[in-house]
Amino acid sequence: MQDPSLEMTDRMLLEQIQPGSRVLDLGCGDGRLLARLREERGASVLGIEIDITQHHAAIARGVPVIQADLDEGLQDIPDGSFDYVVLSQTLQQVLHPKQLLEEMVRVAKRALVVVPNFGNWRIRLQVLKQGRAPVTEVLPYEWYNTPNLHLMSMHDFQDLMRLLGIEILQEIPIINHRAVERAWLANLRAQHVLYVLQRQCEPHPVSQSKNNAESELESLKPGSR
Amino acid sequence: MATQQETTEARQHSGVGFVQTKLATLFVPPHWLKLAGGGELGPIQVAYETYGELTPAKDNAIFICHALTGDAHAAGYYEDDDEKAKPGWWDDLIGPGRTLDTDKYFVICANVLGGCQGTTGPGSINSETNQPYRLNFPFITVGDIVEVHSALTRHLGIEQLLAVIGGSLGGMQVLEWAARFPKQLRSAICLASAAQLSAQGIAFNAVGRRAIKTDPEYKDGEYEAGAGPRYGLALARMIAHITYLSDQSIEMKFGRRLQDHDTFTYEMLPEVEFQVESYLHYQGKRFVERFDANSYLYLTRAMDYFDLESQYGSLTNALGKTDARFLIASYDSDWLFTTTQSKEILRALIECGKHVSFIELKSPFGHDSFLIEIEQLQNMITPFLEQAYQSQLIESAQKT
Repeated sequence: MQDPSLEMTDRMLLEQIQPGSRVLDLGCGDGRLLARLREERGASVLGIEIDITQHHAAIARGVPVIQADLDEGLQDIPDGSFDYVVLSQTLQQVLHPKQLLEEMVRVAKRALVVVPNFGNWRIRLQVLKQGRAPVTEVLPYEWYNTPNLHLMSMHDFQDLMRLLGIEILQEIPIINHRAVERAWLANLRAQHVLYVLQRQCEPHPVSQSKNNAESELESLKPGSR
Repeated sequence: MATQQETTEARQHSGVGFVQTKLATLFVPPHWLKLAGGGELGPIQVAYETYGELTPAKDNAIFICHALTGDAHAAGYYEDDDEKAKPGWWDDLIGPGRTLDTDKYFVICANVLGGCQGTTGPGSINSETNQPYRLNFPFITVGDIVEVHSALTRHLGIEQLLAVIGGSLGGMQVLEWAARFPKQLRSAICLASAAQLSAQGIAFNAVGRRAIKTDPEYKDGEYEAGAGPRYGLALARMIAHITYLSDQSIEMKFGRRLQDHDTFTYEMLPEVEFQVESYLHYQGKRFVERFDANSYLYLTRAMDYFDLESQYGSLTNALGKTDARFLIASYDSDWLFTTTQSKEILRALIECGKHVSFIELKSPFGHDSFLIEIEQLQNMITPFLEQAYQSQLIESAQKT
């Protein structure tokens, strides 16, 4: 059975993409999203996928796909060759998320990234109460078999964007399988977040986020940071 | 043991069964072929084979471009083949229910211009002199080869090919086809190939040509049919054959095993001590039986000269005019045509926004993999062709 949140994430991504765009999907699997983008948005598409069975499945959908390892970067993709680059539920699994994000804003005008939010209250509560690595619906793995190498909260992600000089055009928290454009206490409540990113001309200096309740209150208004 | 009759019957009913090589005469003067190196050539005879049926809409044709020393016989058997004869060189891939499904597709394979297996080449008789061309044969390029094949498809009444497919020098032809006749193909499959031969590749070709030319029997190319530089040609093939293998595949196949003894003989005269030597000698010997030395010189030179980038200004210029879908594949153990070279083609195609799929296949067999790893090709090419065909059907339905 297909994960219902996948369908929802796909729909959110679809809505972000202007008709007729050129879209690159990193970790495209069997090309499901790209096939929809092509049919519903008239997009011209390309996928990157490491798994050979998924690669063939994408070809069988008529979706063009490159077999490549995201951990080796996007060096085969020329600068600015796409309007959008999509990375859905994969950033936490790559070896070098920082480099990949830089590559993404190099190859496309806009980057759409969906990540799990480690700042979610259930995770925090589990860590606090049980003193163990958390296992949740969103992160359903034990510490020793998880594909998720890098876990971040919304604040952590925002910090990295500032460090890289990448502008967050939109930040859409996903709470209980629903996209909530204006979420109260987003970093506590969101299970996932969709970011719409764009390269900025000048990188901003990094300011450390405050690790206390105060910073949660600051994030009451999305985009206020 | 199977009787001769049983073998014959089995062959008749497996794959494409019995096939025949056909001949077409093209570029009949005054419609000469204008050659890239200057000059004109005609008439040109082309040896080709076809498998499957062309649809009335003529929309299911797939053209196979063969590699350096290949021929038009890609599938099936000839009726007069003896019991030991092998089927065509890509037989596992072509036939009813196979990847190039002859129940669905019309498959064409033709011998290249300058070759020696039925198509006009240096060994053919020049109608003006009634003598073989030999070194009077004009210089030819991959572009000239593709001109002839493109003309053959038109001669068969086909405006647009569903796919052009080839590996190595065949892959170069595929790229040239996309650049030269961008509207003539709907999809292009390029295996273990490159937009230009590497300097290392040119170097190996140079050694092969030197081996041929320094054989006393070469006689400046003026050898009689059936004679010729047998040792030089065999040597050229031995060198080339090493470049088609990988370190790992040689190791797997032969290792350091000895051929006829359990221990070293400590003798200098016998040429075969190790199994790998015996194998190379055998390859060389067999090659001499089927290939012409002058053709080898012409075709390796055509390969050396091939450079899509310098010819068209840039790779994006060369490949930007076609709307064909591309499937590019390289092999991780291929050191003659590397993955890096395939990726240059990939980059150019992405840059000009083309529909392109790419994969580096894993195989121990080096450059030869595209002739050996049939299952890998099957898994990838079957759905690719299916999609190319479906999209074509949808498009033509929309037009009507």
